[in-house]
Amino acid sequence: MPVDKIENSGSIIGRKSGVAPGEQAEKGLLTLPGESDIDSVGSGSYLATKVDAMVNWARGNSLWPLPFGTACCAIEFMSMVSSHYDIARFGAEVVRFSPRQADLLIVAGTIVDKIAPVLKKIYDQMPEPKYVVAMGACATSGGFYRVYHVVQGIDEIIPVDIWVPGCPPTPEGLMYGILKLKEKIERGEIKR
Amino acid sequence: MSTLTKFSAIPYTGPAPTNRSPYLPAGVEQIDARALEIGAKIASPDLEHEAGQDMPTFVVERGKIVDALRALRDHQDLQFTLPLDLWGVDYPRRRDVGRFDVMYQLYSLKNNERVRLKVHVREDESVPTSVGVFRGYNWFEREVWDMFGIRFEGHPNLRRILCHEAFQGHALRKDYDPAQRWLLTEKDIAKIIPTIVLPREESDFEQVTLNLGPSHPATHGTLRIVVTLDGETIIGAESEIGYLHRCFEKMSETHTYQQVIPFTDRLNYCSAIINNVGYCMAVEKLLAIEAPPRAQHIRLMLSEFMRIADHIVCIGANLVDMGALTNFWYLFQPREEILGLVESCCGARLLPSYTRIGGLAVDAPSDFLSNAQRLVDKLPKYIDDVDKLVTRNRIFLDRVVGVAPITAADAINFGFTGPCLRACGVPYDVRKAQPYGGYETYDFDVPIAEAGDTNARYLVRMEEMRQSIRIIQQGIDRGLPAGPVIVNDPYVALPPKAKVYNEMESLIYHFKLIMHGIQPPVGEVYFRVEGANGELGFYVVSDGTKNPYRVRVRPPCFPIFEAYSHMIIGQTIPDAIAALGSLNIIAGELDH
Repeated sequence: MPVDKIENSGSIIGRKSGVAPGEQAEKGLLTLPGESDIDSVGSGSYLATKVDAMVNWARGNSLWPLPFGTACCAIEFMSMVSSHYDIARFGAEVVRFSPRQADLLIVAGTIVDKIAPVLKKIYDQMPEPKYVVAMGACATSGGFYRVYHVVQGIDEIIPVDIWVPGCPPTPEGLMYGILKLKEKIERGEIKR
Repeated sequence: MSTLTKFSAIPYTGPAPTNRSPYLPAGVEQIDARALEIGAKIASPDLEHEAGQDMPTFVVERGKIVDALRALRDHQDLQFTLPLDLWGVDYPRRRDVGRFDVMYQLYSLKNNERVRLKVHVREDESVPTSVGVFRGYNWFEREVWDMFGIRFEGHPNLRRILCHEAFQGHALRKDYDPAQRWLLTEKDIAKIIPTIVLPREESDFEQVTLNLGPSHPATHGTLRIVVTLDGETIIGAESEIGYLHRCFEKMSETHTYQQVIPFTDRLNYCSAIINNVGYCMAVEKLLAIEAPPRAQHIRLMLSEFMRIADHIVCIGANLVDMGALTNFWYLFQPREEILGLVESCCGARLLPSYTRIGGLAVDAPSDFLSNAQRLVDKLPKYIDDVDKLVTRNRIFLDRVVGVAPITAADAINFGFTGPCLRACGVPYDVRKAQPYGGYETYDFDVPIAEAGDTNARYLVRMEEMRQSIRIIQQGIDRGLPAGPVIVNDPYVALPPKAKVYNEMESLIYHFKLIMHGIQPPVGEVYFRVEGANGELGFYVVSDGTKNPYRVRVRPPCFPIFEAYSHMIIGQTIPDAIAALGSLNIIAGELDH
């Protein structure tokens, strides 16, 4: 069997031409990276990729967010996961409230000095690899709360991968931030 | 770990303000006459009447405040039973009577009137605690201690409430640098010991202390509850707040009157416009101006839309906590459309900052009414569907009926307002009791339920959404009044841009207003609106400069969450979670 040329270098799944997408997996016609088609010796379907690229692709498409929602941004986060905007389209809808089960920390809302140690602890409890999105002006820089009880940006405490501007960011804005993070992961930019 | 940075506030160096005339409230003669009547009815202690205030105001001696509160509460004709608020004001330059004022505000459900008590306190003096008269004052007194350092003698648990344990000094004192932070490390985190209310000695079970929050899916923000369990029953509980203390009141003092509006949005961020309206109407009262009819009409309609959106978040999230996810997804669709309507008016969805002092920022779009009508046509179906799915659902009823009840007397004593008070059978709604912004001309009902439990709170909120739709429908039928959306007063509202570019005078007004801000008369004023959670009040003190001298917000969540740790005694943890959702605690408002 001849192997189709993979035009899109971003995609690492080889598809046979002329086969409807839904039937491929059942018939064994879908070839995942690294697999070779041993049924037909001599004309095997295979794809050469790097383990890193494969793993990053998987990670970028299955982010499990932990919403560390404290304030207004958490309400917009709720909008983003619910029906109208629906982050499930990008594989990031499995909201986990346990840091042990999440790999994306979305800090949504103002972090004040009183809750800063809690945020640090939750970040420490997350397993590697872990990514952090600072959602909104407050998490990014303290926003317009330049005052005695507010942390002036969460990068005082933990490392941040993506900053999403806005007060609060629209759900589209946060979604764009998560897609940017996905790109960053798939490009292999984030090394842990 | 980060290092502590110290910013210093930039002092105001501009020219001296010109407006130093005292504020005289409307109808001051009647208020003073009523104050003298109240004063005459209280035989002991002596209430010294302070004239010229916007509500009957008395100065009470420091040692006699508890007696005064008790006398006002217990007098047959007065019955000031509802403790609305307790707060402090700092006047560091005042030498004669002491630096601080501790203020008490009570409300009489019988006569529908308010009274304010003032106690002058020197820096080294303390005030006797009034927790014995009003249980709700427990947290309010802790807040005054935290913010001003005024001690309350005999208080059962006088420790910081909003600021963290490692905080030094008292933030709302005028000599406290607004940007001075103190670092909290992990070892300094508060160790809370829950107060065990009813120790049951003959229990077979071991007692376990359990921590919920501050990062917990059911706490909807940043609340922390520590409970002691006997088997599965909660026998002791203690709440800790302040995990979202964003210093609204201190920030207000360092900004101009207009600049405070975005901070009010972020108090109750589920229904931001109601906060905007409340604050703006407080300053408008101080300025003795009134927004034009068109602005009032749009304000009222959007307030009701926001009330629906707030109740949708509350009911949806509450049902998620109980395992019913469908309603949340389903109800968020109309909520998005409500936010879309707000966006069409001013460009922002969740936190619009749409109102200005004296009116609105911009006019509503020409299709505002037709879009509102489309929404009003659609909303009842969503509410009815949830009603059909949930209200008589066996599983739901088992989770909510009789869960975390509170009696009307207790709720009043704690200072409940809003849907949680109406769920106990007390029909107090600011929109009916003391109407503002045109509510007196609308026909709507105030729903009440009797049981005071989680189910009653759910039912009241559902019915309130329907009543809000009724109000909006009347608003649409009347149509928007013609005219401007902001007052024509160059000392309050910016002149139109076209005039600024073409007329010298308008340019000067524009410049003056931007540089020197609104300068209201010297005085103090309290104004309240019916927020989605209850009475949302703003108390503003002006010293005639461009910045408010003091802004105090009365957050409706504060006394409600205070009572929470009493309401869950004898319940189980899942019941406590269901009850917490039904109270709709919004952390931004709770922690200021």
